[in-house]
Amino acid sequence: MATQASRAAGRLMISPAVILLFLWMIVPLGMTIWFSFLRYNLLIPGGETFAGFENYHYFFTDPNFWPALWNTLTLVLGVLLITTVGGILLALLLDQPMFGQGIVRVLVIAPFFVMPTVSALVWKNMFMNPVNGLFAWIARTLGFAPFDFLSAAPLFSIILIVAWQWLPFATLILLTALQSLDSEQLEAAEMDGAGPVSRFFYIMLPHLARAATVVILIQTIFLLSVFAEILVTTNGGPGNASTNLTYLVYSQSLLQYDVGLGSAGGIVAVILANIVAIFLMRMIGKNLET
Amino acid sequence: MGQIELKGVTKRFGDVEVIPPLDLQINEGEFVVFVGPSGCGKSTLLRLIAGLEDTTGGRIEIDGKDATDLRPAQRRLAMVFQSYALYPHMSVRKNIAFPLKMAKLSQAEIDKKVEGAAKVLNLSSYLDRRPGQLSGGQRQRVAIGRAIVREPAAFLFDEPLSNLDAALRVNMRLEISELHNSLKTTMIYVTHDQVEAMTMADKIVVLQAGRIEQVGTPLELYRTPKNRFVAGFIGSPKMNFIGGTEAQKHGAHEIGIRPEHITVGTSGDWQGRVTVSEHLGSDTYLHVQTDHGIINVRSAGNVDVHHGDTVWLTPETANIHKFDANGSAV
Ligand SMILES: Nc1ncnc2c1ncn2[C@@H]1O[C@H](COP(=O)(O)OP(=O)(O)OP(=O)(O)O)[C@@H](O)[C@H]1O
Ligand SMILES: [Mg+2]
Repeated sequence: MATQASRAAGRLMISPAVILLFLWMIVPLGMTIWFSFLRYNLLIPGGETFAGFENYHYFFTDPNFWPALWNTLTLVLGVLLITTVGGILLALLLDQPMFGQGIVRVLVIAPFFVMPTVSALVWKNMFMNPVNGLFAWIARTLGFAPFDFLSAAPLFSIILIVAWQWLPFATLILLTALQSLDSEQLEAAEMDGAGPVSRFFYIMLPHLARAATVVILIQTIFLLSVFAEILVTTNGGPGNASTNLTYLVYSQSLLQYDVGLGSAGGIVAVILANIVAIFLMRMIGKNLET
Repeated sequence: MGQIELKGVTKRFGDVEVIPPLDLQINEGEFVVFVGPSGCGKSTLLRLIAGLEDTTGGRIEIDGKDATDLRPAQRRLAMVFQSYALYPHMSVRKNIAFPLKMAKLSQAEIDKKVEGAAKVLNLSSYLDRRPGQLSGGQRQRVAIGRAIVREPAAFLFDEPLSNLDAALRVNMRLEISELHNSLKTTMIYVTHDQVEAMTMADKIVVLQAGRIEQVGTPLELYRTPKNRFVAGFIGSPKMNFIGGTEAQKHGAHEIGIRPEHITVGTSGDWQGRVTVSEHLGSDTYLHVQTDHGIINVRSAGNVDVHHGDTVWLTPETANIHKFDANGSAV
């Protein structure tokens, strides 16, 4: 791609794909923005009228809005914390030479291949169920009263389920990063008198910083829109205890048939995601520079 | 401080015996070079001394005390790795300070020592850079700096110059030699470059397949190699080996003669045809096809012979090395 002509030709060649992708993004976004300014309820077909910022006003003053925002952030931060810390520990463990390493690694990755709905249902019915669940059985065997996870600590339970799904991803990325660490650096540190703990904090952790940044950035994007796990376990409840922004948008537009309000919520969620992304980039994006 | 003794040290990786039982004495303040062909176990031996590998058998003594089971940090040795192994996320200052920080020295003391080392190694103006922003030679110096601040009992170098270009290598070679002269600390230096070995060493240890072939000063190895392997390994260009009747004339299975111990003339012992002539100005290297095979000759100054010329070669009788059927010198 050195000459002007080849660069122009290159642009021409990729333009159909770029245009298609751009339309793919901009049409739904444009329509959502348009709907968000309409009084648009599916129960009153044909009655769409321009509403201005009314939908936004209703969305922000909805009593569920602030709790949902709070839940969203708790969910994201909680899962990030568990997956990065847990991922680093698991990666350290899997990096040790051990019997059956290959199989263990495949097993660790396995949760990532399970559909969110399925894994949430498995957790709900087989682990956290206060009557039939494994945890309840363990509690009873030890002589405690079973704990009803999904109604007593709904958000925490969902954080657990989502973290379980994302842990393999974090582990995998961090493990590859760990394996790319030059063993001579560790040996040099060992000769310099650094014990295992110092070696971890001074050599390994800085080496993992870049991979951890990637993990955090990618996960944040997906975690802001967690939905299936909430839908099949708690339905956002009890009350609004486990309602996040995505679920709030769903409940408004589809459960209350209010497309206008839902669209406004969607736009708010998009803006919020962008704000979070900008903050993240500012804070940790520096790590990605060489 | 800095006397190292290996007694029957053995190393196996699984079933492969990389180092058969080996004894070696390294005296205080000596500059010892391990040379040998690739894969002969030089790095392994160095790592055994450093404590980065466990011995399979035998004892390692440092300053008269058993160090076989000591951890690397407790042996008071410093190592400079082939890849430098600098910590990429730390500045040069922090890199050099790292061993001191691990030894829990006070910040004032650390600063003083780091500045001192930086001055010795001409690194003062780079202290706040990251290793990635340095040239190869500068990185090498940082690695050496990190080693000298600890004031170790001995330095271990594993092919420290092999990543540098030829001119820089000569420079760094001198710098390391100077460092040794001023610090007077024991140094063990691994290389497969016999020029480095000859120029730097007080004592050379020639290794082959984990065995020590010969230990001696550079000139001892040059003048009286114990066997055919050492004779062929030390010296550049390589010694010429001639077998058959010519060797029997000297009462040996095989004779060896160094290229610089052959004179070129219009009459002499062996007649041959020049296949390649390399004129360096200071020296002339000739490859001569004779009845005894190709013979390399090195003559001082410029000798006016070229490809295709017929020449006569005369070996200096005093410098002919004789070997028996096992390759040992007789
Ligand atoms: N971790 C290991 N496991 C098995 N074999 C090994 C291991 N490390 C080294 N070896 C073997 O030990 C022998 C000596 O290796 P070593 O690295 O000491 O060679 P070297 O003399 O340093 O060679 P070079 O000049 O190429 O660096 C080699 O045959 C190598 O294959
Ligand atoms: Mg080596």
